[in-house]
Amino acid sequence: MNAVRIKLRVNGEEQEILFHSYKTLLEVLREDLNLTGTKHGCELGECGACAVLVDGEPVLSCLTLALECEGRSIETVEGLAQGTKLHPLQAAFADCGGSQCGYCTPGMLMTAKALLEAEPDPSRERIREAISGNLCRCTGYQQIVDAIERAAAEMRGTRA
Amino acid sequence: MSTENKRFNVIGKARRRVDGRAKALGQLRFADDLVLPRMLHCKMLRSSLPHAVIESIDVTRAEQHPGVHLVLTGKDFPIPFGIMPVSLDEYALAPERVRYVGDPVAAVIAGDEHTANEALDLIEVKYRPLPTIATPEEALAHPEPRIHDYGEQGNIHRNLAYEFGDVEEALAKSEHVFEDTFFFQGNTHLAMEQQAALATVEGDGKLLLSTSTQNPHYLHRQLSRVLQMPASHIRVIATPNGGGFGGKCDPANHEIVVSKAALLLGRPVKICLTREEVFYQHRGRHPVLMKFRTGVTKDGKLTAMHLQTLLDGGGYGSHGPASTFYTGVLTPVTYELPRFKFEACRTFTNKPPCGPKRGHGTPQPRFGQEVQLDKIAEKLGLDPADMRLNMVTKRDSLTASWLRIGSTGLAECIRTVVERSGWKQKHRKLPLGRGVGIACSAYMCGAGVSIYWNKMPHTGVQLLLDRSGQVTVFCGATELGQGSDDVLATIVAEVLGIDTGLVRCVTGDTGITPIDLGSYSSRVTVMMGNAALQAAGRVRESIAAAASESLGVAPDRVVFSQGRVFAAEDPDKGMSFTEAIALAEAKFGTLSTVGSYSPPRAPGRYKGAGVGPSPAYSFSACVVETEVDPETGWITVPKIWIAHDIGRTLNPVLARGQVIGGVYMGLGEALMEEQVFRRLPPKLSGALVHRIPSLLEYKSLTALDMPEVDVTLIEEPDANGPFGAKEAGQGPLLPVMPAVANAIYDAVGVRIDEVPITPDKVLRALELKAQGKTPRVGPENFPQVPYPAPIRVLPPWEGGDGDELKSPAGEPWRKKVAA
Repeated sequence: MNAVRIKLRVNGEEQEILFHSYKTLLEVLREDLNLTGTKHGCELGECGACAVLVDGEPVLSCLTLALECEGRSIETVEGLAQGTKLHPLQAAFADCGGSQCGYCTPGMLMTAKALLEAEPDPSRERIREAISGNLCRCTGYQQIVDAIERAAAEMRGTRA
Repeated sequence: MSTENKRFNVIGKARRRVDGRAKALGQLRFADDLVLPRMLHCKMLRSSLPHAVIESIDVTRAEQHPGVHLVLTGKDFPIPFGIMPVSLDEYALAPERVRYVGDPVAAVIAGDEHTANEALDLIEVKYRPLPTIATPEEALAHPEPRIHDYGEQGNIHRNLAYEFGDVEEALAKSEHVFEDTFFFQGNTHLAMEQQAALATVEGDGKLLLSTSTQNPHYLHRQLSRVLQMPASHIRVIATPNGGGFGGKCDPANHEIVVSKAALLLGRPVKICLTREEVFYQHRGRHPVLMKFRTGVTKDGKLTAMHLQTLLDGGGYGSHGPASTFYTGVLTPVTYELPRFKFEACRTFTNKPPCGPKRGHGTPQPRFGQEVQLDKIAEKLGLDPADMRLNMVTKRDSLTASWLRIGSTGLAECIRTVVERSGWKQKHRKLPLGRGVGIACSAYMCGAGVSIYWNKMPHTGVQLLLDRSGQVTVFCGATELGQGSDDVLATIVAEVLGIDTGLVRCVTGDTGITPIDLGSYSSRVTVMMGNAALQAAGRVRESIAAAASESLGVAPDRVVFSQGRVFAAEDPDKGMSFTEAIALAEAKFGTLSTVGSYSPPRAPGRYKGAGVGPSPAYSFSACVVETEVDPETGWITVPKIWIAHDIGRTLNPVLARGQVIGGVYMGLGEALMEEQVFRRLPPKLSGALVHRIPSLLEYKSLTALDMPEVDVTLIEEPDANGPFGAKEAGQGPLLPVMPAVANAIYDAVGVRIDEVPITPDKVLRALELKAQGKTPRVGPENFPQVPYPAPIRVLPPWEGGDGDELKSPAGEPWRKKVAA
């Protein structure tokens, strides 16, 4: 098997890694970089548990070859908080019941982050649309939508 | 309610759950996130045939494959296991027979998953196919070949019958008797986390298994049995579960396989099931065919009910003996039912084993019962909400089957959803294509008896406090996402007057936590909660005794609130909680207390009376609004109202989350979720295969499909609940499916007497309606099932004593002679 060595920019840090070329971004994040915050749920791009941001856009890391990400900027849940201060989305998820088991949470958070960066004041319907590729079996989504709404308000306030 | 809540420090206040921060950070370590030095990976080979004898397994080439450390087969696991002592019918790897496509037959342990997968392809299994049993009807018609050599007879696993009062006599005297058959298709849990397990031999030579399990205690017992090791040499840690819903209750093949491998190799061995394998592991909702014969008076009061159920159990026992009971035992809890007869039969079939899924056996009969009530109301010209309201069971009453009902807020639940949904303005009044439906349910707060017979407590809690001010609480209960750690912290914090953030929860670890039976049957809040209440009350007593000396007041005049300990009459006279602990530690030594809980003895004394009793019951009522396109049958659900009697809300954020999550899962079952199978053509082996073992095809609701849910928490505190609290994890799912079916009838006038209710079924019923035929889609008949003669028990109001009648069935019901 061919091992390849590439540079990835993960959560703002340059990483040089050696891995088998067949590996997905998900596998490289979890197994080679020990960033286990990103989850897996289906291995075929249906559940969104593995969503990360590549150059600011949400992608399913289980369907992305790590090789394709050379030189690109990758953001995972581990990069959201500033030091010990939670990102407003993280705080809102924790406070509003957006996380029950917490397994879909990292993917949800990254998808929501991309949404709020593009649209700071989305409607509930728009939020539902944006997260419709992320499955959650615990919450029924309502408190996730509540959390994203609250974080959006908080982030707009911060920016103003 | 609001005035009562003011008395509480933390209860009833919306709070961030204790594990909320770690979850939002992605920092929580699920089983597959664990990595150990020298760790190896395991993969399992699964049967490609639904029913076959294993003639030989050749693992030579797999063993020689570079990177492979070990290959295991059935001969390495001579001892069977199972969650229930009466159904020890599984082997970690099948020794000589496979019973469903996906039954594990061999395992490879290698340096990485890729190599292990390669080696699986090198294992040669020679099968001799056997005829397959695809359905319960086939199981009844074909006693041979027997899928198992135990059970009642042929391919019947469990078969039972109970009669509480003379049902035929009551039906004969009833003004109306309604007869309906219903079918509830099977479906699966689909927890987002795929099961994973990591086994290792620790430095002390003992086995440690870290695994996504809801029931570490039962797993611990089964590991000891199968591995033939003292339980004291095995430690099971339930890692935080990425959702459970019942799917992680059974001890699983892969957990035993990696444990054995770690013991043989002396190295850590991990496995994570693929999503496809999770569909084979299953243990989900049983497909159930049901027949109801229900007698009513002309004003819509129940007189008697005869319920028959037929369960498709799949290839193994799992929780099946309990599941079989649960298709009937909770039926009499919602409405006054003077007489009740219940017959249930579980068959083996060559499919993945069914087991407990959220509601365990109860959603199926509840669906039938609540849809039938809608039909009865329609026929009698009654409002379905009023009809239900007129016959709810009463507080502190007994059912015909001798279940003791404690608090009930069902009437308040019905009134609430009727009011909030605008029911009276909508029902039978909306234009064609729009409708509303109502349904109710009840659920238990913990099974009254353990899965294995014993006299010990169902749960234990230990508290440890020290001069640093930290409070650590130990309990074997497991966190699935439902919030059990938060319940534990809340109760301890409330008693000690501190913030939940000060309480550290150590849970689900058989090596260091007191035993709790597990996260199933909605038992955790009531059982663990009561044990926590006892432990916290005991340590509070010590602290109060020490503080009272310093404060110069009587111990019962010491108040614990907001992190302070002070005199009731003079709140300024006091100290910090930490200072108070130091005083107590000085006076009494190391501060540690325990609490435990056993449920009250159930009033029923007949054989089988152990299934159904619970310390308390929760109640729910639900109104669903639907829009049905008469052209296409397409169903949308714009809004759902639910009221749930939770007894006492400990943390409203979590309680609401449980309710909405239950509604979500119920709506998925109502509209789309199904675990279904098909036969391959004969040239492709004719095997019975799973139609959709992937997340691509197993449909579940997305955020766009899910409506906003209007939640009302009704608080009818129960004397048996900690601070009156009852369950919220399972009950709110139950009324959703029938409410959807009833709303579809209100919208377009067709009855879909089975779930899931898909557009094609609605369309078929609409076509029947257009043709002037009965506009109904559902099972046409109920097969002849050889149910046993019923165990006969007189209801409490007919002079019964809770025990079964000694006179054999067939003889007249003997009234007990008054003393």
